[in-house]
Amino acid sequence: MSQTQESWPLYEVFVRARRGLNHVHVGSIHAADDEMALRHARDVFTRRNEGVSIWAVRSDLIAASSPGEKDAFFAPSGDKVYRHPTFYQIPDTVPHM
Amino acid sequence: MTQTETLAHEPRTFEQLIAAGERIEPRDAMPDAYRATLIRQIAQHAHSEIIGMQPEGDWLTRAPSLRRKAVLLAKVQDEAGHGLYLYCAAETLGADRADLTANLIEGRQKYSSIFNYPTLSYADVGVIGWLVDGAAICNQVPLCRSSYGPYGRAMIRVCKEESFHQRQGYELLVTMMAGTREQQEMVQDAVNRWWWPALMMFGPPDTDSPNTAQSMAWGIKRHTNDELRQRFVDMSVPQAHALGVTLPDPDLCWDERRGSHDFGQPDWSELARVIKGDGPCNAERLARRRAAHENGAWVREAATAFAARQRQAVVA
Repeated sequence: MSQTQESWPLYEVFVRARRGLNHVHVGSIHAADDEMALRHARDVFTRRNEGVSIWAVRSDLIAASSPGEKDAFFAPSGDKVYRHPTFYQIPDTVPHM
Repeated sequence: MTQTETLAHEPRTFEQLIAAGERIEPRDAMPDAYRATLIRQIAQHAHSEIIGMQPEGDWLTRAPSLRRKAVLLAKVQDEAGHGLYLYCAAETLGADRADLTANLIEGRQKYSSIFNYPTLSYADVGVIGWLVDGAAICNQVPLCRSSYGPYGRAMIRVCKEESFHQRQGYELLVTMMAGTREQQEMVQDAVNRWWWPALMMFGPPDTDSPNTAQSMAWGIKRHTNDELRQRFVDMSVPQAHALGVTLPDPDLCWDERRGSHDFGQPDWSELARVIKGDGPCNAERLARRRAAHENGAWVREAATAFAARQRQAVVA
């Protein structure tokens, strides 16, 4: 079965629920090509008006950060507390800030 | 910025994440046994959805009205969708889709024993929606909080849709109970046949469920089999009363002290037999799934060939 048949590639599916919202990852599907990926994604993930727009992206084309990296990939943002508004002391008497 | 936000960037171990009640995500390190247990459970769940299309699918061409037919078609299509959500969750753990299909067809992985019982009348469609999907909801709602992120997210989608399944079934039964004496008897007969298999859906008693403790420690399972079975009985009794049917259990009665119903035990040897492959429809279900897969081979091959030719055309 799996030996005789070339398996269809995996696509990650992103759905925009409504205008004004980002596309959000909802899952994955297999398809032979891009057009079939969109049709399968529609059938599997939007049977109840869950979306107005779909992106389907070949899973093997996604570059992803690795959670296990010892030198934490996100470390550069870890020690820069001054990037947050709460870092700054403003007198309580100052309005609108 | 708080202390925890700073520490959030330090990689945490599997045990720390589980202890903190956080989700495990696909590329996290995890014990081999956790991965294997999840693959087995999610695959079995996916297979159940796929095989679960058959008992009700048998009635698609014989639905009593266009409305009932459209509803049943939508329901069966949902089951296919649920199977696909779950297969994709299993794939995030490294399982291969073609292997999963082969494992089902060749009997190496199981599916829920409930789908090995036949649907003898249209009342069965209603009772499956009410009791079988009702039991599935009891099982699945806690799984939305599964420690494995993709499984929990798939279950949230499934649970939203199961509610439609249960309500359409119950409505169908209400309609039949308002019908002729013969229709009412069909409903009671279907309830008599499905009640005990529905109770078996929660698995063997806790005393005979050796993997429960580990699965609960890992956050894969949130309640024991007996807890969920009790919850299902307590939910179903008033629904049966409202419908006007009798649940076929002479030991069923309200226990004031516990604030729950006492009930009889299903025939556990029957469950063991059906799981082993000796249920009324095991062979038929697998043969049909195999035939569907084999008969679809030319479609898969044609689509693959078409995609390859399109790619060549782009290159040229």
